[in-house]
Amino acid sequence: MNILAFAEQRDNKFKKSSFETVKAARGIADQLGAECVALVIGSGVEGIAEILGGYGASRVVVVDDAKLAQHSNTAFAKVIAAVATKEGSQYVFLPASQMGKDLAPRVAVKLEAGLAADCVALKVEAGEIVATRPIYAGKALIDVRVKTASKVFTLRPNVFTAGAGQDGSAKVEKIGVVLDASDFGSTVKDVKVSAGRPDVTEADIIVSGGRGMKGPENFNLIESLADVLGAGVGASRAVVDAGWRPHDEQVGQTGKTVSPTMYVACGISGAVQHLAGMSSSKYIVAINKDKDAPIFQIADYGIVGDVFDVLPELTTQLKAALGK
Amino acid sequence: MNIVVCVNHVPDTEAKIKVASDNLSIDKAGVNFMLSPYDEIAIEEGLRMREKFKGEVVAITLGSDAHKETLRKALAMGVDKAVLLKDDGLRDSFGVAFGLAEEIKQRNPDVVLFGRQSIDYDDAQVGTLVAEMLGLPSVAVVVKLELQDGKAVCEREIEGGHEVVATTLPAVFLAQKGLNEPRYPSLKGIMAAKSKPIEEKSAAQSELRVETVQMRKPPAKGAGKILGTDKSAVPELIRLLHEEAKVI
Repeated sequence: MNILAFAEQRDNKFKKSSFETVKAARGIADQLGAECVALVIGSGVEGIAEILGGYGASRVVVVDDAKLAQHSNTAFAKVIAAVATKEGSQYVFLPASQMGKDLAPRVAVKLEAGLAADCVALKVEAGEIVATRPIYAGKALIDVRVKTASKVFTLRPNVFTAGAGQDGSAKVEKIGVVLDASDFGSTVKDVKVSAGRPDVTEADIIVSGGRGMKGPENFNLIESLADVLGAGVGASRAVVDAGWRPHDEQVGQTGKTVSPTMYVACGISGAVQHLAGMSSSKYIVAINKDKDAPIFQIADYGIVGDVFDVLPELTTQLKAALGK
Repeated sequence: MNIVVCVNHVPDTEAKIKVASDNLSIDKAGVNFMLSPYDEIAIEEGLRMREKFKGEVVAITLGSDAHKETLRKALAMGVDKAVLLKDDGLRDSFGVAFGLAEEIKQRNPDVVLFGRQSIDYDDAQVGTLVAEMLGLPSVAVVVKLELQDGKAVCEREIEGGHEVVATTLPAVFLAQKGLNEPRYPSLKGIMAAKSKPIEEKSAAQSELRVETVQMRKPPAKGAGKILGTDKSAVPELIRLLHEEAKVI
């Protein structure tokens, strides 16, 4: 019995969520008495595979093919399903990243498996995995059990802990999967990378601004603090709808659901749909001049004050404290 | 062009969610339901395709009679036909996808549109499940979409950037905010929608693959400390972040 853990790489570098997925797979595999096998797909990726041993993979299967240099959900899904079948994997784990969410449904259909998506906790009860997944943007949780023989799980990034990689001794096995033109239903032609800051779904720290910032020109205060902290920049729905910030920064039920270590909410009152998207942050800091703002009901640390007074001071003092 | 848009009827984003006494579903009392916001973007994209290439837009939903309200909204926005695949039971995402796929199969569409995710169960998987069940290519989280000569070039959001994805038609697309600005239904559209027929049929059944053991509220996060009312609170905040939270 084994768990096959798909480790996403881009530009031949693993995503942090891949390490989280492999490590979580190993934890569950130990409880089930199963083996943890990692899977890497791409072109020229054989050399990076071994480090997955440091996160708990006992073997790493590599499908290294020039045709797989760019992502194609149909071709990648075929490879994952083929490897899972060959390995007799009862479980397939993927990160619930954009790539993982693009692959898991296809893999599940091919393996006739049930799929539990975007899980935030996994435990083993009576030899079976019980997965917890947030619904209604985290306003509620469901605990689910997958009933099919093969089972597919995707794991929300930034929730499971990868820690630092140990010295691993995973055996790397290269295998081939035959792919023809018809397997490439859609193909990525180009990747446009946004400059600079981490995406809010991956960031350890998020500095987020709302209507209290009074206008797009004041978001430099948010960006300055974000840069001191190496943080991602987030925004409330109100400011995205007003066109102050791009929609890929929007946090909340109609934006992105985030789980950073720290979320700094600046001039955000905390509408229900915003709170739903960020309340699973480990620490929440709120700066808002309205003491009755709902954000203070979930904030660990609050300053009831003017963002234009507090924010620059926080940036200056953090810069000094962090030696930047 | 034959266009299908799959839509869902979900609690309003401002709704407070309570767990019903069965511990498996939500308490619907006092909750307003609406067309899932990303599905609205999908409808708009379908209407724009029809305006450009002619043809027909069919909205399909799977659920109880209450979903008719969402189909009326789709009709008011301008879709040509509305189909309700009736099912009052609980389904997993596979079951929803299966019901939709069985219906879509008979319609041979050129384009199938979904919202990026339905904002109730949030798993963002139904559209891609349907694509795989139908053997079609798919592009998820689409913020830009251009059709030409039986092909599509899209931009989709990924972490920290965009992917440019090319695909042939027929294909499934999952709409993300930013793809377009959905129109408001006109008064004429709203009036006309009231008298347009809704086709009803029972949804194809499949076995439950994922079973909900229980639904529950997340552990409540209590209010924390208020550290002050101006910038003089900053040193204390930094001390706590460093010593107590250990995040810096």
